[in-house]
Amino acid sequence: MAEPTRSRTISVSVNGEQIEHDVPARRLLVHFLRDDLGLTGTHVGCDTGNCGACTVHLDGAPVKSCMLLAVQADGAELTTVEGLAQNGELTALQQAFHEHHALQCGYCTPGMLMSATALLERNPHPTEEDVRVAIQGNICRCTGYVNIVEAVVAAGKRGA
Amino acid sequence: MTRAVSGSEPQGSTAVETGPARVLEKGFVGQSIPRKEDERLVQGLGTFFDDVRRHGMGYVHFVRSPYAHAKIVSIDVSKALELDGVYGTITGDEVAIQTDPFFEMSVEPGGNIKDYALAVGRVRHMGEPVAAVAAATRELARDAADLVEVVYEPLPVLTDAEESLKDEVVLHDDAGSNVVWSGVFDWGDVDTALAEADHVVKIERLHFHRFSSTPLECAGALVEYDRGTGEWTLTCNHQMPGVGAIWMAPALRTGIDKLRFVTHDIGGGFGNKICLHPQYVVLCLLARKLARPVQWTEWRTDQHTANAHGNERTFLDVEVGVMKDGTMTGFKVKALDDCGAFPRYEPLGCIIWAQVTPGMYGWRNIRVDFTQVCTNKSPVSPNRGYSRMQHLWLTERIIDVVAQELGFDPVAIRKKNYVRNEQMPYETPNGCVYDSGDYAAALDIALDLVGYDTIEERRQEAAARGKLLGFGIGSTLDSGTNNFGQSTLLNPELQFSGNNEAASVKLDIFGEVVVTLGTVPQGQGHETTASQVVADIIGCTPDQVNVRRGHDTWFNSHAGFSGTYASQFAFTGLGAVKGAAELLRGEMIQLAAAVLQAPEEAIELSEGFARIKDGPPEAALPFMALGAIVNANNAFLPPDFNPTLNHRFVCRPYFGMVDTEKKTGQLTLTYATQIHAAVVEVDPETGEVDVVDYAAVDDCGVRINPQIVEGQVHGATAHAIGAALYEDFAYDEEGTLLTANFYDYHVPHALDMPPLKTGAMESPSPVAPLGAKGMGEGGGGGIHCLCSAIQDALRPAGGAIVHDSCNPPHRVWAMLQDPERTRANVRVASK
Repeated sequence: MAEPTRSRTISVSVNGEQIEHDVPARRLLVHFLRDDLGLTGTHVGCDTGNCGACTVHLDGAPVKSCMLLAVQADGAELTTVEGLAQNGELTALQQAFHEHHALQCGYCTPGMLMSATALLERNPHPTEEDVRVAIQGNICRCTGYVNIVEAVVAAGKRGA
Repeated sequence: MTRAVSGSEPQGSTAVETGPARVLEKGFVGQSIPRKEDERLVQGLGTFFDDVRRHGMGYVHFVRSPYAHAKIVSIDVSKALELDGVYGTITGDEVAIQTDPFFEMSVEPGGNIKDYALAVGRVRHMGEPVAAVAAATRELARDAADLVEVVYEPLPVLTDAEESLKDEVVLHDDAGSNVVWSGVFDWGDVDTALAEADHVVKIERLHFHRFSSTPLECAGALVEYDRGTGEWTLTCNHQMPGVGAIWMAPALRTGIDKLRFVTHDIGGGFGNKICLHPQYVVLCLLARKLARPVQWTEWRTDQHTANAHGNERTFLDVEVGVMKDGTMTGFKVKALDDCGAFPRYEPLGCIIWAQVTPGMYGWRNIRVDFTQVCTNKSPVSPNRGYSRMQHLWLTERIIDVVAQELGFDPVAIRKKNYVRNEQMPYETPNGCVYDSGDYAAALDIALDLVGYDTIEERRQEAAARGKLLGFGIGSTLDSGTNNFGQSTLLNPELQFSGNNEAASVKLDIFGEVVVTLGTVPQGQGHETTASQVVADIIGCTPDQVNVRRGHDTWFNSHAGFSGTYASQFAFTGLGAVKGAAELLRGEMIQLAAAVLQAPEEAIELSEGFARIKDGPPEAALPFMALGAIVNANNAFLPPDFNPTLNHRFVCRPYFGMVDTEKKTGQLTLTYATQIHAAVVEVDPETGEVDVVDYAAVDDCGVRINPQIVEGQVHGATAHAIGAALYEDFAYDEEGTLLTANFYDYHVPHALDMPPLKTGAMESPSPVAPLGAKGMGEGGGGGIHCLCSAIQDALRPAGGAIVHDSCNPPHRVWAMLQDPERTRANVRVASK
């Protein structure tokens, strides 16, 4: 049997920057982002794909970066939470999270923001129900979701 | 004095005003200022311990027991060490040589338990660490851990507290019994109260289940050892470093000054990050042995399996005395607490509940026969609502069972028996003092929010759809600022009493106001609320106050009990901030008076200036000038005037001493109130419970930042709803945890949460420095309230008694199928 491929060079765009990087074949995308690229805003909250703290955008769609290998992202365009604010200016959603107290410990926040940003891109004026469906794959243990839902709805209204 | 200030509905406008609206004093305290912490956190620029790297750092993975109870025959690490990139290993044998067992708080037999950082000779719960491996990457460490060969000889397993009590199998030979601690608390005269009561209601068994708040960030630390000084630096997420160090230093045979705890942002704690000393000691030993930094990030499955469960408690042989008019005179109960394999923070849970002995009720005769045992399950640790929540669930269950069995209205019987506003401050039968509150008024707000007056119509409407509608109340207390002297009621030899917290406030050279806290926030917004308090005292805006993130032993702004736990930041944390800011203010005024050559009484601090009141505009010094004079331009100051503009203050609340004979004393200082009300619909075909209306009313005295308070109420409610309906650390008979991660352990997701309505009152605490009571734990109000609502819903379907704190569909379905089984649990003897 041939020796399996143990590492590979991948080429990805991360927050608009083109990156080539050698990665072990087994490395999770989330660990590539955190450990290799130092983008520590993307978090790990579980080991079963349930919590959503590691949510990033892959070619515009929200994905859980703990459920993909880094090599699977080869050729993709990735956006992480660090890629939301431009030149230090918060997005309307980030601002709404701040104003509505939609975060406490802040650990789930990056994943929440990425799921909700994707929602607002496809549905700029979501209802409360739309928001709850969109973030159902993201666990928050601090807020009971009340203010998160409120913030996303408000960001949608603000964008009107 | 109590003022109702608001009630809010999530999508609407219903404001409930039952009294004059609160007039805000001029200032930042009391305002919902958006948090200072948010800017970094919404950009992914927070720093959590796992974000911190060091050159050459080793990743640690623990080798864990697959058995709940077994003898360790041998451990062979040689294959792991052969793997390229593995830096080294450590096993229980090394730990037993290099460390001493952790200090135990119990008297005998529990006090004789030997608890080491790794299993020594025997494992006592599934997932117990038996060895650890450090390697160049996370993946390698995990691979290497798989290569460690451990031979086990399985032993009989105990997963049931009552079985454990028989001592047929004993977990800790050194103790000779599974009992950790037992004792009887007897206040008033319960025998006479029961003999004289018109009715005695007996409940054979109630069970408060195992769950935990499962913070989204797991535990961990980066540990560095300085070979030159013998100091360890732990960049970590321990939420109570003061007490962590008390455990760790003697075990490591070092001084407390050799342990530096550093925290940055922490991804939730809820009490579950208090008992991390065993893992941290392993990391300290590895860092020293391998002469390199080591880092451990707990896996989710490991957190669920082997870190911190909440206390499981079974209540047996409850007897309650009730008079004809519904007055409840007292109760007695046997409480059997299951702390899992090691006591760790226990047996403190055997006394902490006594902070709320009578719940919110006026009964004066109470006897609790309390026993705590070990079982082959995960150790427990404090968990939001720690120990009081279990007891308050009991008192609320008693109220609803009595109401149902004797035909009292659950609202009326509560109001009849609540401690009344005019009785405040109220001394409980065991000498605690409820500082303020108006429970009946808070209940009225909750009732209004859920439209209690329309419940019967809604019940009929639901019945027409084939649903069973139920209404329930959870009355609960969030007791805060605990007196560590209560530990001497468990073990008179313990040398703990009182409480303390520290903070420093300084004015720096360019006028920067810098605050350091001893507390260890995990999302509670301490940077924001501390800045509000300081801004009001020294006359600037919160934006001008830099509150340093997290805790650092080297800030020298901590005290023996430093941490964030037990609902006390508003008292001790902000009390320390206030004290330090007032010292600074005094000195700034002295300095300005000296420079401006005016009397001190003429100086005012406002808008970032020290001014002469009503003086000319030029008679003003910006903070920058004050900071620069003292720090950099001080030659002209007279020799006998030496301001530092840098002040540390320790807030030490006064409790008095506890009486170890009578088991009485002021066990805690403030009592925030929460009243929850819920309307549920039960599907009789599936047992599924749908929460259709929900309100939580909080009264924590003065709210420093109402938005933050409301956020805490939301969070505590979500934890309680999860616990009441889904979350259960269930074990099979072999001691295998069946809900070892978020795949099986279902915490509420956004679609599970009902819309929450909140209301608030403010009954300022007469004892707290700012009138603000600690809050945030919430007292498990949602658990009490949903159990109450489910029982109400099941009334027309056979009247089952809700006997367990966790009611997933299968349990509700069983109650619907065989209500008599739960009813047999209850008997009424009437005169």
